[in-house]
Amino acid sequence: MIRVENIHKSFGEHEVLKGISTVFEKGRTNLIIGASGSGKTVMLKCLLGLFQPEEGKIFYGDKAIQDMDDDEKRRLREDIGMLFQGGALFDSMTIEENVMFPLRMFTNRKRSEMLDRVNEVLARVNLENVNKKYPAEISGGMQKRVSIARAIVNKPHYLFCDEPNSGLDPNTATVIDNLIQEITKENNITTVVVSHDMNSVMEIGESIVLLKNGHLVWEGSNLDIFKSNNKDVTDFVYSSDLFKKIREVQLKEG
Amino acid sequence: MLVIRALKDVGSYFLMLRRVFSGFTKGSVLRELIFKEIDDLIIGSLGIVSFISFFVGGVIAIQTALNLENPLIPKSLIGFATRQSMILEFAPTFISIIMAGKMGSFITSSIGSMRVTEQIDALDVMGINSLNYLVFPKVVALMLFPFLIALSMFLGIFGGFLAGVYGGFTSPGEFITGLQDSFDPFHLTYAFIKTFVFAFILATVPSWQGYFMKGGALEVGKASTNSFVWTSVLIILTNYIITSLLLS
Repeated sequence: MIRVENIHKSFGEHEVLKGISTVFEKGRTNLIIGASGSGKTVMLKCLLGLFQPEEGKIFYGDKAIQDMDDDEKRRLREDIGMLFQGGALFDSMTIEENVMFPLRMFTNRKRSEMLDRVNEVLARVNLENVNKKYPAEISGGMQKRVSIARAIVNKPHYLFCDEPNSGLDPNTATVIDNLIQEITKENNITTVVVSHDMNSVMEIGESIVLLKNGHLVWEGSNLDIFKSNNKDVTDFVYSSDLFKKIREVQLKEG
Repeated sequence: MLVIRALKDVGSYFLMLRRVFSGFTKGSVLRELIFKEIDDLIIGSLGIVSFISFFVGGVIAIQTALNLENPLIPKSLIGFATRQSMILEFAPTFISIIMAGKMGSFITSSIGSMRVTEQIDALDVMGINSLNYLVFPKVVALMLFPFLIALSMFLGIFGGFLAGVYGGFTSPGEFITGLQDSFDPFHLTYAFIKTFVFAFILATVPSWQGYFMKGGALEVGKASTNSFVWTSVLIILTNYIITSLLLS
């Protein structure tokens, strides 16, 4: 579980996060949604400890990241898996080396044991016969799956995903969404996904926070989102043409 | 404003150095990275350094010979001039500037591309000190740079010997006499001291340019150009300072 208490983050005069408090539960896919510039990515980077909020605290379990010493922070980072928007696979390494990377860095396992684990997670994300290929030789969807494999290879307790569906076709996006949700359940981990994709909201949004101009304006689940009369929610949801049409039909049918 | 920016840059460079030499990456991984950097930076430069040094040595010998019009000046001066030029300046300083273009732009663009594609963020999120992981192996690999410079000195003098002798400008005996004439071993010490300093600049300045760049692919190109300019400027300035301190 991750608990966020009243975090503020500014860049110069511009305050991006204005006092956000929420809880990301274990065993659930927690979505941070909002329009571009709403502060989603800054919030994610604060959660990861890449940005330091000026005010407020972020608790991993019982301890705030701000109160951790360097060793505790390093141990926490080893317990975090991250799926970046562009995959962020290392170009100079093969797929196998990319996935094996966290194991090589943080464990003292034998190479054969590491290889077994790599093959296990690659199979889990439905990838086979790509071990010796380089990231540039596989498709964007496959790169995302390799990135998921790398994120979970060391069995982290926290998984963060930044726009996991960006640049993917709808079918592949659904595959990635489902994969993230299944992995969250299987491993009972705390997953936080940053997205502005309504399909993801519908597919995996068990717990959703909506940000607008640095404020948390709504919290709920994908089951609540269409029932909400909150103007910020309806503005966000019905900014998509598809959902606008659905809304028109719903209104017509009373 | 410009002064403040320059001071900030200098400050960020030294803060970067502090992080390069702390929070060490796991030994076995670091060892592999160092060997890879030796292959990329040192072994990968052998060809171009050999080629340039050999022919520049030849040109120095020919130009010296063509300027020796006075019959009272001995032909052995061709060997002497080739040796002095290669050891004191060409090999340590000019090869370093050429390497600022080759190695420097390679280092900046590879680290810059990693920044653009979030690979550096990926390292940081995993709790790896990305500066130690990326820059330290380059610093260690470039401590072998003096071997490249020694090769350059040898091949330059050898090129001068072949051009002088087979071009009919001098005899082998006269050239070798010139090579041995007034040889001061401290000149080699001086050359290698400055080579070590240049190697450190070559590893760290382009890394700083790549690591702290912002933007996309276009900015990677701009950072590579800046990297070459600033590395060359620093090499020239340091060369002047070291020469003033050691030879004046």
